[in-house]
Amino acid sequence: MIWLDTLLQGLMLGGLYALFAAGLSLVFGIMRLVNLAHGDLIVLGAYLILGLCTALGLHPFLAAVLALPLMFGLGWLLQTALLNRVLGEDILPPLLVTFGLSVVIQNALLMGFSADSRKLPVGPIEAQSLPLGPVTVGVMPLLTFGSAILVIWGLNQLFYRTALGRAFRATSDDPVTAQLMGIRPRSIFAIATGIALVVATIAALYLGARANFDPAAGPARLLYAFEAVIIGGLGSLWGTLAGGLVIGVAQAFGAALNPEWQILAGHLAFVAVLLLRPRGLFPRAYD
Amino acid sequence: MAILSLQGVSKSFGALKVTDEVGFALEPGEALGIIGPNGAGKSTLFNLITGNLRPDRGQVLLDGRDITEETPMQRCASGIGRSFQIPQPFGQLSVYENLLVAARFGGGLSAAEAPAQCMDILRRCGLARHADRKAGSLPLLDRKRLELARAMATRPRVILLDEIAGGLTDAECVALVATIRAIHAEGVAIIWIEHVLHALTSVVSRLMVLNFGRMLMIGAPEAVMAAPEVREIYLGIEA
Repeated sequence: MIWLDTLLQGLMLGGLYALFAAGLSLVFGIMRLVNLAHGDLIVLGAYLILGLCTALGLHPFLAAVLALPLMFGLGWLLQTALLNRVLGEDILPPLLVTFGLSVVIQNALLMGFSADSRKLPVGPIEAQSLPLGPVTVGVMPLLTFGSAILVIWGLNQLFYRTALGRAFRATSDDPVTAQLMGIRPRSIFAIATGIALVVATIAALYLGARANFDPAAGPARLLYAFEAVIIGGLGSLWGTLAGGLVIGVAQAFGAALNPEWQILAGHLAFVAVLLLRPRGLFPRAYD
Repeated sequence: MAILSLQGVSKSFGALKVTDEVGFALEPGEALGIIGPNGAGKSTLFNLITGNLRPDRGQVLLDGRDITEETPMQRCASGIGRSFQIPQPFGQLSVYENLLVAARFGGGLSAAEAPAQCMDILRRCGLARHADRKAGSLPLLDRKRLELARAMATRPRVILLDEIAGGLTDAECVALVATIRAIHAEGVAIIWIEHVLHALTSVVSRLMVLNFGRMLMIGAPEAVMAAPEVREIYLGIEA
């Protein structure tokens, strides 16, 4: 029974990693941009929620709702003012710029909020749990997992059922031809990054509610997100969810064997998947 | 007034002059053919018209308005459509979605209008049965049809066809020419680069010959094809 419990905790944790990864996957899928500041943007989102909680006396869930449009705007601005300028044939400039952005965000947060680790005060819900057959599961982890599925489902609907989604996919296939179809790739990219930061904000809420965070917490989140995207297969959103779950479950089992093995087990699972399926679990059809 | 005109358009890549003082005017509803040996600058000329390239000198005018500084998106919205020599479908999208993207963004159609319009174009281009197929999986003829169909979905007034009949069998070519004639009959102006001369001359009323980026000749197809310098340069036949 303990194994079933471990599996369940792992899946719930995997939901969080999938939330970390969904924004990264979205941006990579559309503009082939690896955003090295993605983890730091999630942490920035967590501080924004915390700031809104403190300033307005709101519950973190309400504060997160307020933070969503702000983060969308930030993403739009970031893409328009900065990232669109460095996107091109060469993949190195955007990598360097987002790496620089990562350093800037970490240090700005350090100045603004100090190095103390913080947590979002979600209140009694944090300790609540539901009996689920032979095991029990926390309400917050369950919400995290549910949100991950909802976010991935929502992004898929957006991608495959809307005009904007078709523009995303067309631009991803061929930005030059997309222009001849009247699509402005730069505006498409700006909206995509805005949406990626909306998802990052949802991830930030659960990150901050689950455990402590500090200004340097970003890069580790980026690493999990990156591994989830690669495990799932580049460009597949459901794959990204699966990738997050694989890492989450591996970490939970690693921790069950020995608490020191939690992080390592996740990375080992990543390596194992790469060895067996170098293109990930659900690669896009080769074209 | 001419729908599209070029005035003294020149473009160089380094020391190589790929377009040299090209100027012509296309009347509304006219069909103009362009021929010339490989490397004559035919596709470059299309890139200058669609805005993928900016000329070093000269102007491109649409309805008499200077569009030389406009982006490809703006020119698409103003009514210039294009099909590529090497088909460039959005491979991950279905055939129908390829058109939908073109119709919504390039053609400016609403979500309510676009589907019917797209299905109509698919039917006319012989692609209706492939509507839900991934565009990346289409064979060559259907990819060429998709190029034409997608360009049509942007609701162009001028459509640029780049060697759309190349690589097709005779029967396939006949079917494609019929579709192009139907589009032309609706009043869409056409500029068509093609090596398959009989296909070209069955549609166009004027022919332009490009050689080393220069306009060698422009005029009635029979007269142009009969000219000694064209026969010599283009067909490699001693006059």
